[in-house]
Amino acid sequence: MGNWDWQVFLQDPGGEYPSYLQWMLSAWGWTVSVALLALIVALVLGSLIGIIRTLPDSPWLVRFGNAWVELFRNIPLLVQIFLWYHVIPALVPVMKGVPSFILVVLALGFFTSARIAEQVRSGIQALPKGQRYAGMAVGFTTPQYYRYVILPMAYRIIIPPLTSETMNIFKNSSVAFAVSVTELTMFAMQAQEETSRGIEVYLAVTACYVVSALAINRLMAFIEKKTRVPGFIVSASAGGGGH
Amino acid sequence: MMNLDLSFYNWDVISNFVIKGFYFSIMLTVVATIGGVIFGTILALMRLSGKKWLDAPAALYVNGMRSIPLVMVILWFFLLVPASFYSLFGSLGSNYRSEISAVITFVAFEAAYFSEIMRAGIQSIPRGQVNAGQAVGMTYGQNMRLVVLPQAFRNMLPVLLTQTIILFQDTSLVYAIGAYDMLKGFETAGKNFGRPIEAYLLAAVVYFAMCYALSWLVKRLHKKIAIIR
Repeated sequence: MGNWDWQVFLQDPGGEYPSYLQWMLSAWGWTVSVALLALIVALVLGSLIGIIRTLPDSPWLVRFGNAWVELFRNIPLLVQIFLWYHVIPALVPVMKGVPSFILVVLALGFFTSARIAEQVRSGIQALPKGQRYAGMAVGFTTPQYYRYVILPMAYRIIIPPLTSETMNIFKNSSVAFAVSVTELTMFAMQAQEETSRGIEVYLAVTACYVVSALAINRLMAFIEKKTRVPGFIVSASAGGGGH
Repeated sequence: MMNLDLSFYNWDVISNFVIKGFYFSIMLTVVATIGGVIFGTILALMRLSGKKWLDAPAALYVNGMRSIPLVMVILWFFLLVPASFYSLFGSLGSNYRSEISAVITFVAFEAAYFSEIMRAGIQSIPRGQVNAGQAVGMTYGQNMRLVVLPQAFRNMLPVLLTQTIILFQDTSLVYAIGAYDMLKGFETAGKNFGRPIEAYLLAAVVYFAMCYALSWLVKRLHKKIAIIR
């Protein structure tokens, strides 16, 4: 400690990339890709599951949604990644040869979908029941009153918990190191080992994560501001807890 | 499904490989919860003290910890805790370096999360309670210890326990520094018998059963507390 050596980032790791700096930037790109693609998977699945858990008169769909959430919430992410990486390709022949990048995206997406489903559900249930009845009263079908009445408000309510979930997905993407996706954490471990300049490498990688988190935070605040409905006060307590 | 070998699931595998890791996972969870709650409460009190020189460093610590992935924190501590620290533990220190480092990491990391929970808990206590304590002549310490914190803990108990379940799941991440936890136990067993698929499946089932049972208990506890209030 004490004497920094930031020139370590200009050294040649002797592989695909001409310098550690370029390797790190590429790793940052992988982190962002894994996180964003997983976020899309999680938002689509989580919204579907969250919505079917609030449907009236469909006890089996509600049960399916609840089972989904319990299943993906109660197994550690690392174990889920191992299941996708080692177990599923062995049991489901179609999944053989799928690159580990895709498997990690699916694992992280399914894991997060359970948490987003929980938030979507609580967002929908935070709305007064009268909104649903009003939709029915003007003759909307169930898909219609979800589309035009409930969901537009529910999504605005859950923007704050969705923000922290988006930041979580970036942090959780670090678990991809376990199946050799060359994202930031994997880079940190390998570069530390190769250069023995752990502190410089870890500091740089940590800075990348902090910058990513700040960027998401600002972006979501911008979205929240843009989509705000004048006169509608979003209840701050709505949405699930989580990590 | 046809190539699963069910004979892998027997007591020998569990007792030779998994139990040791299971104990470590549980120990890590318990120590990190207790340590995290203690340091988290201190951090929360610092943030609520109204004094800038206490609030600012605590806020920096909590927000910093919360914006980095746990795996990176684990790697940081493994890198930074000096060798002289491990030598305090004698032979344990040289044999269980990863494990000791993991315990320190989790206490430090979870303190940040528990402090946010405790802060919300303390803020949920009506101002009148604090005033009443002051009115009967209690000092700040007495007021906190006898009036505010017992109620805050009680209010926050379900959230604290939910966080503990998340913490238990997160202990699997000590994989990054090769500490021998429950997941590692399953993995080692799977490798030794050439049956990794069965091992990972069993690991998932065991984690699921434990976390599901715990969260069911927390839900019941939540209802019980809710009725009294």
